Amino acid sequence: MIRVQREDFDVGAELARLAEGDHAVGGVACFVGLVRDMAGAAPIGAMTLEHYPGMTEKKLAEIEAEANRRWDLAASLIVHRYGRLEPGERIVLVATASAHRDAALDACRFLIDWLKTQAPFWKLEETRDGARWVAARDSDDAAAERWTAE
Amino acid sequence: MIGPVERGGAAMKVLYFAWLRSRVGAGAEDVTPPAGVTTVGGLLDWLATRGPGHAAALANRDVVRVAVNQEYVGPDHPVAAGDEVALFPPVTGG
Repeated sequence: MIRVQREDFDVGAELARLAEGDHAVGGVACFVGLVRDMAGAAPIGAMTLEHYPGMTEKKLAEIEAEANRRWDLAASLIVHRYGRLEPGERIVLVATASAHRDAALDACRFLIDWLKTQAPFWKLEETRDGARWVAARDSDDAAAERWTAE
Repeated sequence: MIGPVERGGAAMKVLYFAWLRSRVGAGAEDVTPPAGVTTVGGLLDWLATRGPGHAAALANRDVVRVAVNQEYVGPDHPVAAGDEVALFPPVTGG
């Protein structure tokens, strides 16, 4: 399931719901992305996440479908927020449920790695020197690339 | 007559995100490029001539990603009437 929303989410409730009633599930894995208070050496007051409504949901659904092709998952969930967020706030939740831990953990890592290079979101950081758009990292491309090399 | 007409081309919608939107000064515009504009690369070349903001936004193509009808495409991809063409920097979500 995919959700793109301004509001916060409750990680415990989301994880409980993911495997609810399915006793073939042996494990749930999750990644929660948070707003850091520093960008390198510069403190951040807040960040604003912009996205491309329509394409965002489409790309997230494609990424989720690809994870379900590669691994035997009982359930998967991506929740991504947009709008203005302050340090410590949750940005994204990726969760996967499977009979065994390998599929759940690997699929979870795949989802967040691919999401970071494919889903059309952009971060605008507020620093003491003004607002600036975050540049994409080569390390994120490398992390996503790992999954195509296999 | 209904105002200035850009002759011969196909009407399409162009969307700008993040710093491309800031530089262009608009998040979206309806454009009708000349008939000779048939690819993404050609469209970007033409858009860059629309003003100093457009030129600044499109000065370094290496950091401009393009989606046509919400799919990532390269510069040789065709553009046609009714397309939604989005221009944005490399993504930084997650």
